[in-house]
Amino acid sequence: MLPTAIIVFREVLEAALIVGVVMAASRGALGRGLWVSSGIVAGVVGACLVALFAATIAAAAEGMGQELFDAAILFAAVCMLGWHNIWMSSHGRELAASAVKLGNDVRSGARPLWALAFVVALAVLREGSEIVLFLYGIALGGNGGPVAMAIGGVIGLAFGVAAGTAIYWGLVAIPMRLLFGVTSWLILLLAAGLASQGAAFLMQADLLPALGSNLWDTSWLLSEQSIAGRVLHTLIGYSAQPAGIQLVFYVATLLVIGGLMRVVGSAERRPASNPPRRPAISPAE
Amino acid sequence: MRALLLAAPLVLALAAPAVADDPVVNIDLKDHQFVPSEVPVPAGVKVKLLVKNDQTVTAEFESNSLHREKIVEPGNTITVYVGPLDAGSYEFFDDFHNATRGHLIAK
Repeated sequence: MLPTAIIVFREVLEAALIVGVVMAASRGALGRGLWVSSGIVAGVVGACLVALFAATIAAAAEGMGQELFDAAILFAAVCMLGWHNIWMSSHGRELAASAVKLGNDVRSGARPLWALAFVVALAVLREGSEIVLFLYGIALGGNGGPVAMAIGGVIGLAFGVAAGTAIYWGLVAIPMRLLFGVTSWLILLLAAGLASQGAAFLMQADLLPALGSNLWDTSWLLSEQSIAGRVLHTLIGYSAQPAGIQLVFYVATLLVIGGLMRVVGSAERRPASNPPRRPAISPAE
Repeated sequence: MRALLLAAPLVLALAAPAVADDPVVNIDLKDHQFVPSEVPVPAGVKVKLLVKNDQTVTAEFESNSLHREKIVEPGNTITVYVGPLDAGSYEFFDDFHNATRGHLIAK
């Protein structure tokens, strides 16, 4: 029961942290609860499908299907997070202003909440499929029986969700006018970390060179298998023993998304390059 | 590259003959033990690991120093390429059963 709880907790933790950050980042946006919960439901359904076809996926691409599948999911999530951040840096200031004024976001219909819902779905799908495969194995032949497994699973889930809730409440304690900046940074780092994980899978599939197999080793200081290590791994892409290619992808993601945010954000600051925004905030939407 | 992998394995085999010559090393998972748990591999070349799960539960073959993580379903065998490795010891483990550990010894 306890080993099951620990494994489930660990996998849920990663997805729950991402959901927590996404919820905080979309605070004040109308309809975000529906978007995010749709993402979770889609992710759970997807996880079951992936687990069902796990053998087929694994056998694809000369046995490298699992790697390519994981990499595709991770890079899709990176694109969605990037898209959201870039969009927000062009519209964020007016959104934040109206949110402070009105207490909610009147233009949320235009905001790419679907991108965040997609990220949630991908995170739940990836971690969830591992949980399903793990539990399925236990249910078939593990010790302890299905009741112990179910109890362990529920405990693990509860603790994972609690961790996601904790980071959410921690973030929303930040004043609204600062929250936007903080969550933009968090999402940027999250995207960079996911890109670095994706690079590791492509390296594993032999499609990318390692460029130095271990740049440094800080596992003595903070192991990736500890809870703190896992949390940082998920949130900012911490790696105790990164390969060179992972660092390349991490930095490139920061520069590309960060750079585009800057370009788009500074375009917004120049009134000449922007149509008047007043009419757009009308309640017509 | 992916399309090539899927569509023309023959062409790929011709294009990368080294793949066929890679030394193959078998590792079995039995009763939450890697057999063998100390795996000698040649240093300086790419090595093909075939990890077989002879258990009834799912495992995840993982190594932080080798940057590998891959699920092995019961009764299945996965292929994991590693290296070229510098001489030394590289720990791997079953991420779903943390006490199950082994080492690649590259010489």
